[in-house]
Amino acid sequence: MRENVVIRTVSRLAVPFIQLFGLYVIAHGASGPGGGFQGGVAFAAAFILMIIAFGIADVRKRINNRGIMIFSIFGIALYAAVGLLSILYAGNFLQLNVIEAALGIPHLHGILIDIAEAGIGITVMAIMISIIYDMADTGGESA
Amino acid sequence: MSIMEQLPVLLIIGPIIAALIILAAGWHDRRLCYPVMLLSITGQFIASLVLLLQVIQDGTIRYYLGGWAPPLGIELVIDSFSGFILSTIMLLALLAIVYARRSVEAEVPAEKIVSFYVLVQLLIIGLVGMTITGDVFNLYVFLEISSIATYTLIAGTRSPRSYVAGFNYLIMGSIAAGFILLGIGYLYVATGTLNMAEIAMLLPASYELSTVHAAFLFLMIGFSIKAAFFPLHLWLPDAYTESPSAVTVIISTVMAKVSVYAMIRILFTIFTTAYIIESFPVTEFILLIATIAIVAGAILAIAQNDLKRMLAYSSISQIGYIMFAVGVANQIALEGGLLHILGHAMMKGCLFMVAGLIIYRMGTSNMLELRGVAGTMPISCAAFALAGASMIGIPPTIGFMSKYYLVLGAFEAGYWLYAAVLLIGSLLAAGYIWRFIEIAYFGDHHHKGDQTTTPEGPISMIAPMVCLALLCLILGIFVEMPMEIIGPAAMILLGGI
Repeated sequence: MRENVVIRTVSRLAVPFIQLFGLYVIAHGASGPGGGFQGGVAFAAAFILMIIAFGIADVRKRINNRGIMIFSIFGIALYAAVGLLSILYAGNFLQLNVIEAALGIPHLHGILIDIAEAGIGITVMAIMISIIYDMADTGGESA
Repeated sequence: MSIMEQLPVLLIIGPIIAALIILAAGWHDRRLCYPVMLLSITGQFIASLVLLLQVIQDGTIRYYLGGWAPPLGIELVIDSFSGFILSTIMLLALLAIVYARRSVEAEVPAEKIVSFYVLVQLLIIGLVGMTITGDVFNLYVFLEISSIATYTLIAGTRSPRSYVAGFNYLIMGSIAAGFILLGIGYLYVATGTLNMAEIAMLLPASYELSTVHAAFLFLMIGFSIKAAFFPLHLWLPDAYTESPSAVTVIISTVMAKVSVYAMIRILFTIFTTAYIIESFPVTEFILLIATIAIVAGAILAIAQNDLKRMLAYSSISQIGYIMFAVGVANQIALEGGLLHILGHAMMKGCLFMVAGLIIYRMGTSNMLELRGVAGTMPISCAAFALAGASMIGIPPTIGFMSKYYLVLGAFEAGYWLYAAVLLIGSLLAAGYIWRFIEIAYFGDHHHKGDQTTTPEGPISMIAPMVCLALLCLILGIFVEMPMEIIGPAAMILLGGI
């Protein structure tokens, strides 16, 4: 298992494509099927593949528990910020068309929704990885 | 004025941001968690009072999320019923958080404190959301947020038994949540909308469909599990007994009340009296079960030796009183039931705070080891006596007032026999409350606790307890004050505006 060249090479090839697909799904949340949750899960799937192929210690070096914490807080904060921004422009929570009307930039509400979706995606990705860490851990070091 | 209009959503978004700050601050320094938490809960409490005053003055507040009007969007609705419940639970939550600090330090392992506070904050967000939402699916989402927080909070102590209690509640709670989701699904099938007001409007056309009956039964059973309504109460005694004292205070007052609130909302706002009385007559059955709950809960409470477990069984009995009001379903009885939601939250909060303080000071909640505890802890035992008197229903406490209204309502509806059961329930309550009073005041004085002049506990634990005990008395005397909001609330439930 440790030295299985086929698994390692195929994973190394597949991971960027899985991540790209995840980003694509997140970015299409506003205009087509998809969204932050699904994209976040797809993105996290790449990390799961890496854990299977390279072992959990290797992946932890790339994203540790502190990183997961920061990503999950940042994601929700991004979502809340977009929602609260519309309150600053005298609309209701997440009423994005008032911002578009105030700034006069066309399609701004779509862009803002994409930012909110990205926030969801980041949080979902972080939480999914954290669940996998908890499941793969056999005791010892944990959060 | 803009901030006033945004208050309903800030009530939910503000604490979510606070929860994130608690998490981030806790990473930096554990001691920062508590002040942030206290600040956010205080803010929520003030906001809930402001909203309540606004509702009394100007009537129902509706807030459209994202500016999308229902049935397309999700709305938050604060009418006199949800406003009343909202300020009740925020008052209790605030007092419980003040109380929690020292008790949590003593009972929760230090490395879990950060996640403990984050989860308490999430629990309160979920409960506030359940209270003010006007959308059934949104109700389910908030229910899940609060439930998941509760499962982990119950398992928060060092004792392995709390893990078992938490796991049992996880199983029961998940079944309940599944039933509720199925019920919501069937309602959606029957009406094609998830907005509560819309469903209530469209539902009469399909009252005879079996889909609607199934939806009703699923929702009813699901919320009965969540509220621990008698035959479905099995998770409750363990959960209340084994969880950390501060958590017991929160779940026995805030969470139990919101579950009952959600059930009453479903019964009266969505299905309306026309359905539950005429189309699918279920109120008599609820009345029957409620009376069994009152008596059985009280008898089981008398049989307990553990103080917390006794109070937990007493909760089952008291939920029976609230459901009794639902079963009678007339104006006076519902007023009594809603008053009992407030009253029971205050007295049970106070009693569990006393139990928590006794555990904090004496290290046990076994009543047989607590003989003569009143000598060591006079203030706590006095608070217990006062809240206990309210539990029995001795005038002029709030417990007396709510039972008085319940009995009046039962008389008006002609349920003489059931009214008699209410009185029997009070006698049984006197049985289990008196048992502790007797042990505490008249038991012989041979326990190890020193009789010196040391204070009986931290002031942050005594103050909220005394505050609640006095509120039981004061609100009982000035009962017109809560009735001013409860009257219209009961009227809304019965279909008048």
